[in-house]
Amino acid sequence: MLTETQSPVQDPTMAGQQPLLLGRGLTKRYGKVVALDNCDFDLYPGEILAVIGDNGAGKSTLIKAVSGAVIPDEGDVFLDGQKVSFRSPTEARQAGIETVYQTLAMSPALSIADNMFMGRELRRPGVMGEWLRMLDRPRMEKFAREKLTELGLMTIQNINQSVETLSGGQRQGVAVARAAAFGSKVIILDEPTAALGVKESRRVLELILDVKSRGIPIILISHNMPHVFEVADRIHVHRLGRRLCVIRPQNHTMSDAVAYMTGARVPDTEFETA
Amino acid sequence: MSGTDNFEAVVKERRTEAVAEFHEDKTLIRRFQNALHAAPSLVPLIVLLVSVLLFAGLVGSRFFSAGTLTLILQQVQLVGIVAAAQTLVILTAGIDLSVGAIAVLSSVIMGQFAFRYGIPVPLSILCGLGAGTILGMINGWLVAVMKLPPFIVTLGTWQIILATNFLYSANETIRAQDIEANAPALQFFAQTFKIGADENGRGGATFTYGVIFMILLIAVLSYALRSTAWGRHVYATGDDPDAAQLSGVNVRATLISVYALSGLICAFAGWALIGRIGSVSPTSGAELNIQSITAVVIGGISLFGGRGSIWGALFGALIVGVFSLGLRLLGVDPQWTFFFIGLLIIVAVAVDQWIRKVAA
Repeated sequence: MLTETQSPVQDPTMAGQQPLLLGRGLTKRYGKVVALDNCDFDLYPGEILAVIGDNGAGKSTLIKAVSGAVIPDEGDVFLDGQKVSFRSPTEARQAGIETVYQTLAMSPALSIADNMFMGRELRRPGVMGEWLRMLDRPRMEKFAREKLTELGLMTIQNINQSVETLSGGQRQGVAVARAAAFGSKVIILDEPTAALGVKESRRVLELILDVKSRGIPIILISHNMPHVFEVADRIHVHRLGRRLCVIRPQNHTMSDAVAYMTGARVPDTEFETA
Repeated sequence: MSGTDNFEAVVKERRTEAVAEFHEDKTLIRRFQNALHAAPSLVPLIVLLVSVLLFAGLVGSRFFSAGTLTLILQQVQLVGIVAAAQTLVILTAGIDLSVGAIAVLSSVIMGQFAFRYGIPVPLSILCGLGAGTILGMINGWLVAVMKLPPFIVTLGTWQIILATNFLYSANETIRAQDIEANAPALQFFAQTFKIGADENGRGGATFTYGVIFMILLIAVLSYALRSTAWGRHVYATGDDPDAAQLSGVNVRATLISVYALSGLICAFAGWALIGRIGSVSPTSGAELNIQSITAVVIGGISLFGGRGSIWGALFGALIVGVFSLGLRLLGVDPQWTFFFIGLLIIVAVAVDQWIRKVAA
C-alpha cells in the first residue's frame, strides 16, 4: 500500500508545513459524468478544513477518493508524504483515516460498545480468545466508556444500550467518539449537523473543537455556512469537480463563500495567506 | 445565509441543560418493553411455559410426565435443528426456503453413497455433510455476490435441489432394516438413553442423540452469535448491510459463511432425518421449510433481520410441539393445532413490531 515516493511541493501559503493528507490531479468519471476533474486537495496538521460546494460539485466523490470508498481513475493521494492507494474504507481506516458518514454507519440494534468496535473487535487473551474466539467485552466496554468520557458524552449510563435508543445527537456523538478513538491521523465528518436540532448541533460542534484540540486534523463537509465559519480554519471551495479556491473564514463573509461556490463571483487568488 | 441566527447565540450562551442525557423509563409497560428489547427470547419462553402448564392442567399427568415431555423433544428435534439454520439466515434479513430440500438431498447422498457405491459409511456421511455445505455456499454466493434477493434464490434452489434429489435417487427408498443391518451409523441420531426409568426400562425421560445434538448445536451457535466477532457481524449485516460494510464488516464473507453454515446444519438435519424415520426416503422432510420458518417467527426472531435470539427458535419449535401433542392427547381435531399456530405467528410478529418501537 505504501511506496517510497515523495509527495510533490505543498501550496506556498502554508510554507514550512508539510501537508498531512494531499491529493494531486484526482479524476473520477462515472460514464460521461466527470465527478472529479483533475482536483487537488491539501489538509495540514491540526487544522479543521471545511469542504463546501454546491450539490453535485463532487465534494462527496473527493472525500470518498481520499478515504478509500472510491478509487480515483487518475491522480495520487499522499498521507504523511507517502503515496497511498486505498482500495477500501477498511484500508484507509487501517492507515488512520476515520470517516463519520452522514448515515453514521451504525447498527441500530447493537450496543454502543458493539458499534464502536464493529470490524475491529478485541478478543480475550489466551485460549478463550485464540481458540474460542471469545470477545473481550469488559475491555471493549471500558475503552468505549473512556472514549465517551473524554469527549464529555458520559451522561450515557449504560454502554450496552442499543444505539437506536439514543437521540440523533447522541448517535452522532458516539460516531464521532468512534472516529476519534481510532482515527490516529485524519477524521472526516460528512454533514455531521445536517440531521440535528439546534442544541444538538452545538454539542457536536463543541465535540469537533474538542477533537481538534487533541491535535487530530478534521475534514468537515457541510452545507451549513454558520457552522463552517465558526469552526473551520480554512475552507476548500469545490466547484465543477475541482478546487476553486481555499479561503480563510476571517477574510470573507458567508455570502462571499456562497458566491464562490455557486459561480456568482470569482475569487482573486486560489490560496491566501493567513 | 446572513450571519449566525439569533437562536444559535442564545443556545450557545445558555448551555445549562445536557444534551446527551439518559433516563430510565419508569412505567411498568415501558420497562417490560425494554426487557424484551434486551432479551427477545423472553416472550416465547413465557409462552412455552404457560402452554406446558395449560396442557398439564387440561390433560393431567399423561401430558406432564418426563416421558411425554421428552417425547416432545424427540418430535421437534428435526424442526429444531433446521430452525437453527433458518435463524442464522433470517438474522441476516434473508430467508432460506431450500433448508428442507438440502436436508433430504444430503440424507439421500449419505444413503446412496453407502448402498449404491459401497463407500464406507463414515465417508458417505462426510460426503452428505459436504454436499449440504456446498449447496448452502451456492445460495450464499448468489445472495452475496450476485446480489439476488434471498427469497428468489432459495425458491429457485429449493426446486432444483428437490428435483435433483428425485432424479438422483430414482425415487427409491432405502429400507430401515437394510440400514440397521449394514449401516447403523446412518441411524446414529436415533439412539436413545434413558434417565430415571424403572428396572423394566419403562417410564422416565428418553433422550435421543438427535435431541442432544439439537440442544448442543443451539448452545454453540448462541455462544458464537453473542460472544464472537462473527456473530456480531451477522447481526450487523442483518441490521443494516451498508452501515456494516462502512464500519469494516466483510458483509459478503459474512453472508456466504451464514448460508454455508446453514447448509451444513441442514445436512446434519438430513442425517438426523434418517434416524427419525429409520429409512432414507427422497419424499421425506417436505414440511421442514414451513415448520422451521414458523418456529423462528414464533421464537421472536425478526424477519427483517438483526434481531432475536437463537434460543427463541428452539422455544418456538417446542411451542409447536407442545400444542400438537397436547391437543392430540386431548383428542381434539388436529386442525386446531394449525389454527393456534397461525394465531401465534401473527401475535409473534405483532410483538416484534411493538418491541421495535423502543427505538422511538
